[in-house]
Amino acid sequence: MKKIFALALVIMLAFLMVACTEPAPVDDNNQVEDQQNQEVTQDDQTTEQDQTPAEEEKVMTYEEYMAAELDSPVVVETFVQAKQSWWQDKATVYTQNSDGAYFIYEMACSEEDYAELVPGTKIKVKGFKSEWSGEIEIVDATFEIMENEIFVANPMDATALLGTDELIAHQNKLVSFSGMTVESIEYKNGEPGDDIYVTLSKDGVSYNFCVEVYLTGTESEVYNTVGTLEAGNTVNVEAFLYWYEGANPHITAIELAE
Amino acid sequence: MKNAVFFVLISVLCCLVLAGCHGAVEQNEFVVPKEFDTGKNYEITFWAKNDTNLTQVAIYNDAISEFESIYPNIKVNLRLYTDYRRIYNDVITNISTGTTPNVCITYPDHIATYITGENVVVPLDSLMEHEEYGLGGSKVNFDAPKKEEIIAGFLKECYLGGNCYALPFMRSTEACYVNKTYVEKLGFTLPETLTWDFVWQVCEKACEKDSDGNYILNGQKVLLPFIYKSTDNMMIQMLYQKEAGYSTEKGEILIFNDTAREILTQIAGHTKNGAFSTFKISGYPANFLNAGQCIFAVDSTAGATWMGSNAPLVDISRENLAEFETQVMTVPQFDTENPKMISQGPSVCIFNKEDSGEVLASWLFVQYLLTNRVQIAYSQTEGYVPVTAKAHNSEEYTDYISRSGQDNSLYYDIKIKASRLMTENIDKTFVTPVFNGSASLRDAAGQMIESVTKSVRRHEEVDDGYLDALFEDVTSLYRLDRTGSSHQKQTLGNLPFQAVLLLAALGISWLFIIAYAVVKKVKDTKNSSNY
Repeated sequence: MKKIFALALVIMLAFLMVACTEPAPVDDNNQVEDQQNQEVTQDDQTTEQDQTPAEEEKVMTYEEYMAAELDSPVVVETFVQAKQSWWQDKATVYTQNSDGAYFIYEMACSEEDYAELVPGTKIKVKGFKSEWSGEIEIVDATFEIMENEIFVANPMDATALLGTDELIAHQNKLVSFSGMTVESIEYKNGEPGDDIYVTLSKDGVSYNFCVEVYLTGTESEVYNTVGTLEAGNTVNVEAFLYWYEGANPHITAIELAE
Repeated sequence: MKNAVFFVLISVLCCLVLAGCHGAVEQNEFVVPKEFDTGKNYEITFWAKNDTNLTQVAIYNDAISEFESIYPNIKVNLRLYTDYRRIYNDVITNISTGTTPNVCITYPDHIATYITGENVVVPLDSLMEHEEYGLGGSKVNFDAPKKEEIIAGFLKECYLGGNCYALPFMRSTEACYVNKTYVEKLGFTLPETLTWDFVWQVCEKACEKDSDGNYILNGQKVLLPFIYKSTDNMMIQMLYQKEAGYSTEKGEILIFNDTAREILTQIAGHTKNGAFSTFKISGYPANFLNAGQCIFAVDSTAGATWMGSNAPLVDISRENLAEFETQVMTVPQFDTENPKMISQGPSVCIFNKEDSGEVLASWLFVQYLLTNRVQIAYSQTEGYVPVTAKAHNSEEYTDYISRSGQDNSLYYDIKIKASRLMTENIDKTFVTPVFNGSASLRDAAGQMIESVTKSVRRHEEVDDGYLDALFEDVTSLYRLDRTGSSHQKQTLGNLPFQAVLLLAALGISWLFIIAYAVVKKVKDTKNSSNY
């Protein structure tokens, strides 16, 4: 009889183990969407693998990319410079190659793949050229990681190009500006936690900069340093040359000029 | 003795099994405490949304300071968002870890998902009616509105399945901000009520270019005659105006109908001619409107401070601002005799906690958000309207509305006209049914317009085959076959084989246990009688 008892206990313990597993998540449609997006991504990747070389689109040069019409399909090979965000299986990244830079907005990307997109990683991106408030970007994109090649851009000094028509030719590149005067620092929400709007001037002319919180986070050195700046400080900055209704560089590094 | 130990062990295990079967982290149902303990310190968190408007942030902070001075034992920590969707996703994440905020700005669609967890969101019915701590109750230490002073239609929007899970905080609708100067330059006269036909007709005319490729209307390379901020709302309102299906109250999806096809086909045609675009594809409607690159910009009345040549808030450089007359109008209609527009705007809900005193502290704070002090101040930041008759009828609010155009900040005319547009059309507003999955349906409605617009811009053909595939893709992507009532039908199928096996094993083990206990008892009885 004790054996039966032992058996009963074992069965009940088994049930306990089952009951102790992770609770079912709330029926969150976002999670559902996440799963869907993952499936879509996987399907896309499968499709890419199934393609024969003859079917693959021609990789564009930066010049060809810039000449392409808006809303047309584009294919580029480029190198990740920084990651801005990953959200519901979509990644937004700054990329650049030796010819120019490409901002890739919300390309299909699993969380695992996102982890692999470290600065310097070469990727082949297929998407559509688009423009949002002046920012030229690639949207609705898929990508594949290319092996055995790394490129990390050095910032290009664009100080002399500020306020000129030439600046836009370097859109999305990693650039630097030196000897800038701090005019104002304004938190988007009035307090730390979100973007910081930074107004810097050169030779008496003001320019809009931004610390994009999704790019830097709130704990980064750049985020905290900007928070300590005061009007009148002279600074050197590095930034991705983002565009929003005009040049709106996204600051990645900042230091007080000596 | 051994038997007693066995039975205790079995009983404990049974309790654990039963407890384990419940799975997720659960809260007890909230019961209003008899007394609010003012000697105990409470710290609550408030997740709020602002429209990238620092005045709104200041009002939240002021409200918190004032509330804390009335209740010194309650500390309110503010966390700010500029996007409802982010709040929604963060709440979902925090429900699973039991770290939800105490008070949260929300939409009823989102609450429908939150309440799929048991006792996650506090039903407010008993709190509202409570004599002492209810709305305007005898022990509330400030001048809170009574239940009947909340505008009934707005409060009704916060009921889900017969319970009230939120209070309205602010209400708005959509407005069409029109460059009247351009409309007249094109030879048209604005009607009293905008119609879709009129808007498309003007937009088509506006697409004419000169030999250099510049638009004749503005002499620029860029002109997007009609831009819509929220394509979710666009599709929903068009369907409601046409009295075509969207969804039933129980969550049956009706959106994939012939009227939706007609609407999408019409949008495709106008997009092809360059007459239409969306916020997601091109940018903020206000930026194009203010630069003289748009004629009809549809956005929330809560975005009014960004609209117009003299807008207090602008994102484009001042030198790019165009001079024009702005007319604030209701969104385009199919039937001018029976106009319909969506009611939107933030509500506020309370999340359940172990300590009922903490929930009561949250409830007191929520009531404070409905005082005239907060309602009027916040409504003045944008084209919002207060949600209480108490605020609407106040001298302060009446004075504010009457001073439209006295300056380009507090009394900015476009903003006050947008507020009045909402106030004057409350009886023409509607809300969509709320159910678990209604947030996804809303996304799907907008996605169809976004997809069609993008496809046309990419020179894809939008025909019946395209729309068939689009309906299928959207259904799959947003799991619309698993929402509301249709979801319930699906989940009530046969139990999986493994589940049947487990349940059978559980039953058999119980039979063994009971049989053993009975046999043992009989034996013991016999033995004791033999002695």
